Amino acid sequence: MVGITSYGICIPPYRLARDEIAQAWKIKSLGGERAVARYDEDSLTMAVGAALGCLKNGLKQVDGLFFASTTSPYKEKQTAAIIAASLDLPRETRTADFTDSLRSGTIALSSAIDAVKSGSSRNIIVAASDCRMGAGRSQFEQLFGDGAVALAIGDSDVIADIEGNYSLFGELLEAWRLEGSPFVQSWEERFIVTEGYMKTMQTILSGVMEKYRVTPKEFAKVVVYGPDVKSHANLAKRLGFDLRTQVQDPLFESLGNMGTAALPMMLVAALCEARPNDRILVANYADGGDAFILKITENIGKVQEKMKKRLEKKICINYERYLTWRDLVPLEEPKRPDIRPPSVSCLWRERKSVLALYGNRCRECGTVQYPPQRVCANCQTKDRFEDYKLSDKHGKIFTYAIDYLTSSKEAPALIGVVDFEGGGRIMCEIAECEPSEINIGMPVEMCFKKLGEGGGVLNYFWKARPVS
Amino acid sequence: MNTIKDKVAIIGMGCTKFGELWDKSVDDLIIDATYEACEDAGLGLKDVQASWLGTVFSGHTALSLSSPLKLQYIPVTRVENMCATGMEALRGAVYAVASGACEIALAVGVEKLKDTGWTGVQPTNVLGRSTMGTTGTEVSLSPPAMFSELALRYFDKYRIEPEEGRRLLAEIAVKNHRHGSMNPKAHFQNELTVEQVLKAPIVAWPLGVLDCCGVSDGASAAIVTRAELARNFREDPIYIKSLAISVGPRLDLITQGYDFAHVEENVRASRMAYSEAAIKDPLKELSVAEVHDCFTIHEMVIYEDLGWSGRGRAKEDIEAGTFTLKGELPVNTDGGLKCFGHPLGASGLRMQYEIYKQLQGKTGSRQVKNPRLGLAHNLGGAVWGGIACIAITGNEKDWR
Repeated sequence: MVGITSYGICIPPYRLARDEIAQAWKIKSLGGERAVARYDEDSLTMAVGAALGCLKNGLKQVDGLFFASTTSPYKEKQTAAIIAASLDLPRETRTADFTDSLRSGTIALSSAIDAVKSGSSRNIIVAASDCRMGAGRSQFEQLFGDGAVALAIGDSDVIADIEGNYSLFGELLEAWRLEGSPFVQSWEERFIVTEGYMKTMQTILSGVMEKYRVTPKEFAKVVVYGPDVKSHANLAKRLGFDLRTQVQDPLFESLGNMGTAALPMMLVAALCEARPNDRILVANYADGGDAFILKITENIGKVQEKMKKRLEKKICINYERYLTWRDLVPLEEPKRPDIRPPSVSCLWRERKSVLALYGNRCRECGTVQYPPQRVCANCQTKDRFEDYKLSDKHGKIFTYAIDYLTSSKEAPALIGVVDFEGGGRIMCEIAECEPSEINIGMPVEMCFKKLGEGGGVLNYFWKARPVS
Repeated sequence: MNTIKDKVAIIGMGCTKFGELWDKSVDDLIIDATYEACEDAGLGLKDVQASWLGTVFSGHTALSLSSPLKLQYIPVTRVENMCATGMEALRGAVYAVASGACEIALAVGVEKLKDTGWTGVQPTNVLGRSTMGTTGTEVSLSPPAMFSELALRYFDKYRIEPEEGRRLLAEIAVKNHRHGSMNPKAHFQNELTVEQVLKAPIVAWPLGVLDCCGVSDGASAAIVTRAELARNFREDPIYIKSLAISVGPRLDLITQGYDFAHVEENVRASRMAYSEAAIKDPLKELSVAEVHDCFTIHEMVIYEDLGWSGRGRAKEDIEAGTFTLKGELPVNTDGGLKCFGHPLGASGLRMQYEIYKQLQGKTGSRQVKNPRLGLAHNLGGAVWGGIACIAITGNEKDWR
């Protein structure tokens, strides 16, 4: 049996009310709020966050990591390899990026299913993540949300058996982005919805039901991508699904359209509520479509986590902060020394301690140290160390600084001295936390973030955040 | 053990005014401080047999000293130990004379910080690391933010409410400004009230702008010779009683060993210094002290680190006025880093300049009575891994 074995999500805690955007431009608000990635997040870091959740849910022996996104941080350079290194996956892990199409997430999923079915892989994590931008004043600016989902595909301990899948491609220039343009553009709405979305989705959904001889009534849940609230509801109605009981909410109201992560996020929401033997119909759209029929197994209870808990931590931001984070307004540079760009050879040499946050532990006295040392800080023994991973350890804030004299994009910078349970200390930035929240003794966990860019090099490292 | 005590004497010192010296270059500052020291010693630069330059950011190599002064092919060394650079330059000169390698040596410290266009100085992530390549992942923390970590933990450890803690720190700022107002060479010469300090904008809670020392331009210089020769140059040479330096292994940040409520290097350096100078009860025996008050919280912690206040008891001594001009041990009589300013490479020598002048009885309205022994304490680096230097000097040779 090949199917989904685990899942994890990453939703930035920051929310921007659509009314704030609408007010700034004196335009109609779409209502609700959207999730916003802070300036230290991008598709890569959110994918790491989601994949970590996937691993925390008991997943073992990962031998594949597929990254899916339309917003890869590097235009040339694999993102999946950086994610695999930060997750400390074995060297033999198969890595691949699935990019450019909003359907990349389910295309990657289909490839993972095929790889596991063929026996060449046992467990593949598919991490779909997006951080797209709509131009100022556009519908997209309000509609989009940032986030990531990781789904693991494997052949044992399956929580959702994949009973069937069906794909087709379609060519229609609907929403796109050219090299060098930060904003998604689209053709006129009437055309793309009626001729593109509605027709393609009807074809694919009736196609998959015909292929596997199933009827709409057999599905406990229908998880279908929607470009907006209205089109999504219209499609469901037209196909004969009960909007109230059968159709998964597209999460626009609370999070926004998350691009390649949108459908996977809806699927996770459905999995959170699913019961054994439920059938779920899943269909994604863009450049054609992918459909899947899932059957929930008895294992579902083992990994089920309530999405609500994930959505609890919320930090509301204003539109000015959003513009600052996305570099959409030219701002005065802080009157502080420039941050030196990272050295690629330095980063390579320290890759294990930087990307996977390994310290080491003295074999003589047991003292955990970070960064890894060669001479023990406690007993001065030389070269008697074992590797010791800190990224998965919880800790407490020992002391901290709220630094207004910072070169970072937003003042004040929050910096904490973190003491890990079981030993080890690190001084690092504190993320997903407002200055008023921080205090001595605050429990924290580690999260992978973008420190910034220097000399064309994107620098990623770990920060601490309040335990969610 | 062989010690430095009474082997070397300072026979001349110079110090520029500290401040925002827009019309002075690094070379100007070096020349002004050095020539004042030569004049004070009654000798010329041609008599100097070896020289040390201390600077953190304002020059590279010994050429930065030999070039402005036109030193004639003599040995010159540039040293750097972050904010403890000035004292490091003095150490070089003193030990060269003590070894017999030369008879007259010059130490100069200089820094020009105000040409950068920045607020404050460099963040601390450069400490102890190569500047030629970095992962860029070490946290960038401004100096006040680093000392705020100390303040928060100190307050927490000794159960001092933040508001009370801030008031105690403000008393230190007020004291140093009162002293600095009597010093025409100080960067700032204004008095402050506790209210003003408390109302200043926060830089890194609980530290406000007025808890921070001045970022300044300036230079200071010393000329040293063997103790036996000192009185050939002047009636009132000042004798080196001890010269301690303690450098931490940075284990404090690597492991959970460090409490962020004291600076271990300060403790170690003071023990070495008292032992070398044969001091048993520093609070009673010392007449005057200059300490590294880069931030008010550091001066508070230094009272304890250097053994003047009991652990967690600095509060009582601040309230009793122990370290004011009229107190038992006047501290930072020239205004300290807080008020005199902090041109990094010059500060260690500037501290010694004040002690030298105090021991000679030449500091006018801020003069302490009947001084015999003075201490200068200079810290470089971080609170969790620093370079603590302490110089104890006296105005009598072989006294005790």
